[in-house]
Amino acid sequence: MFRLIYYELLKIFLKKRTYIGFGIILVIVPLIEIAMKLEGELVISRILKGFSKDFLFFGNLFNGWFVAQQIMNSLWIHIPLLISFVAGDQLAGEATGGTYRLILIRPVSRTRIFIVKYISIVFYTVVFVLFLAGLSIGLALILLGRGDLLIIMRGILVIPEADVAWRFLIAYLLASWSMIMIASISFFFSSFVENAIGPIVATMGLLIISLVITVMPIEMFALVKKILFTQHLNVWQKLFQDPVPWNEIKLGVTHLGIWTSVAVVSAWWVFVKKDILS
Amino acid sequence: MESNVNDIILQTKGLGKRFGKRWAVKNLDLDVFRGDVFGFLGPNGAGKSTTLRMILSLIKPTIGETLIFGHSLRSHRSEALRQVGGIVEKPDFYLYLSAFKNLEIVGSYFGGVHRNRIQELLSLVGLSDRAKDRVKTFSHGMKQRLGIAQALLSDPELVILDEPTNGLDPQGMKEVRDLILHLSRDRKKTVIISSHLLSEIELVANRMVIINKGEKVVQGDVNTLLEKGEKYVILHAEPKKKALSLLKRQKKVIQAIIEQNECFHVKMDFEEIPRLTKHLVQAGVQIHAIVPRRSLEDLFLSMTENANEVR
Repeated sequence: MFRLIYYELLKIFLKKRTYIGFGIILVIVPLIEIAMKLEGELVISRILKGFSKDFLFFGNLFNGWFVAQQIMNSLWIHIPLLISFVAGDQLAGEATGGTYRLILIRPVSRTRIFIVKYISIVFYTVVFVLFLAGLSIGLALILLGRGDLLIIMRGILVIPEADVAWRFLIAYLLASWSMIMIASISFFFSSFVENAIGPIVATMGLLIISLVITVMPIEMFALVKKILFTQHLNVWQKLFQDPVPWNEIKLGVTHLGIWTSVAVVSAWWVFVKKDILS
Repeated sequence: MESNVNDIILQTKGLGKRFGKRWAVKNLDLDVFRGDVFGFLGPNGAGKSTTLRMILSLIKPTIGETLIFGHSLRSHRSEALRQVGGIVEKPDFYLYLSAFKNLEIVGSYFGGVHRNRIQELLSLVGLSDRAKDRVKTFSHGMKQRLGIAQALLSDPELVILDEPTNGLDPQGMKEVRDLILHLSRDRKKTVIISSHLLSEIELVANRMVIINKGEKVVQGDVNTLLEKGEKYVILHAEPKKKALSLLKRQKKVIQAIIEQNECFHVKMDFEEIPRLTKHLVQAGVQIHAIVPRRSLEDLFLSMTENANEVR
């Protein structure tokens, strides 16, 4: 099994497509952080101006943690797109390239091959999210230094610096969990088409539709909203509340877990039953 | 080669596949014996690739069963496929990886294959100097040869090659033919080779099946089937009028004459060719060409119209 996973990862990481996401992150994160370093202080002073009558602010609130948290919040629509580039290609790419015929005639069960492919895509997703974490936090701390974390979200909250690192760590683990769910959906779409574009479009379509329904204040969507994964996709943001709403996080993690399980089991069913005609 | 029922290594029983309302393969019974080079013939769309896909478990049959080395493909897939290697339709690879890496990946599905084995196979198919090149730089012929190398990677006893000469130039076709014969004679492999190029099969196979519209037309020993085929001679002679008149007088030797494409198709025994040639030349007829034909192709054409079992 480990040998198969190794070669599956080799296939993923020797493909140019895999590095599109890494490349974009490598461009966009430094760009945002350098821009924030140059102009961000001005922006934050404008934001805090409204609060200055009631609050006194001490220390370096415009710091690396603040910028890293802003990046984390702003990229959660883009990261699924970048992840689906690779996850959507994982099965459909084999169909497009005709290489299903190379691997599915071997004395290894389709279930085993499916597990290997899924584990590999989970590994890629986690590496990708952790790369984002490492780059955005590391560079932000180098450029803008450390300090307490200022959260501006329906009011303001200042989290002491001693409390920040573990919150980021768990937040990124939760972000990985959310992105694994996105990857699983993309993987599911990938299981029954023969072109990688389809799963990417389908995943993003589902994400956008779900997001729109989630944010629309319409009564008739109330029940649907509870079911949609977008209700909990940003579960990591709850780590930056005080106190941390652990019960809500548990609910979110479970909800995303159910979506992931349904997507993976459905993908497995399609994959093992599929006739390879490509 | 003498065939023994105990030596059947691949058997299909009532195999069938339906796509929607159309049966692509219907009620197909095949027996492949150990050591066979088994030709699988049929015109395009006859159901050859669908059958081979079912045998290699890429497609699930609608009905029927496949036994490979006595293992049911349905219930013991891994055991059944352990001694099988193959190419289905065109040889596709991970184009962004080298030939060597592609074979390493295929080898991982057998628990890993030693580097020396990969080198040996690349050498066998004449690609050892291109081992590190990306497959996307390969010609179709090179991919076809790499396809054969991957089919042999696990040193399987049964090798299934679906139209392996497709798209190759005559030299490439000959190389593949020679390779198949080498696998059969020297390496004692059982080979199933499908093709719509009947002359190809005639040159390599000892047994064969012809299918048409998803159904078996005939199965049997190639030589036995050839004996059933019509024997005729293609004669190109001048002047035609004189030649025809002389031919018509040879009623004891010639059963039929058809004038076709500036030539005569003369139905006759091959043993009579020297005597007939001498007779025509002595009468002043110039013979430009005389070609004896006993082709599987003719058999194929006649058999697809009139189904019968030889074996």
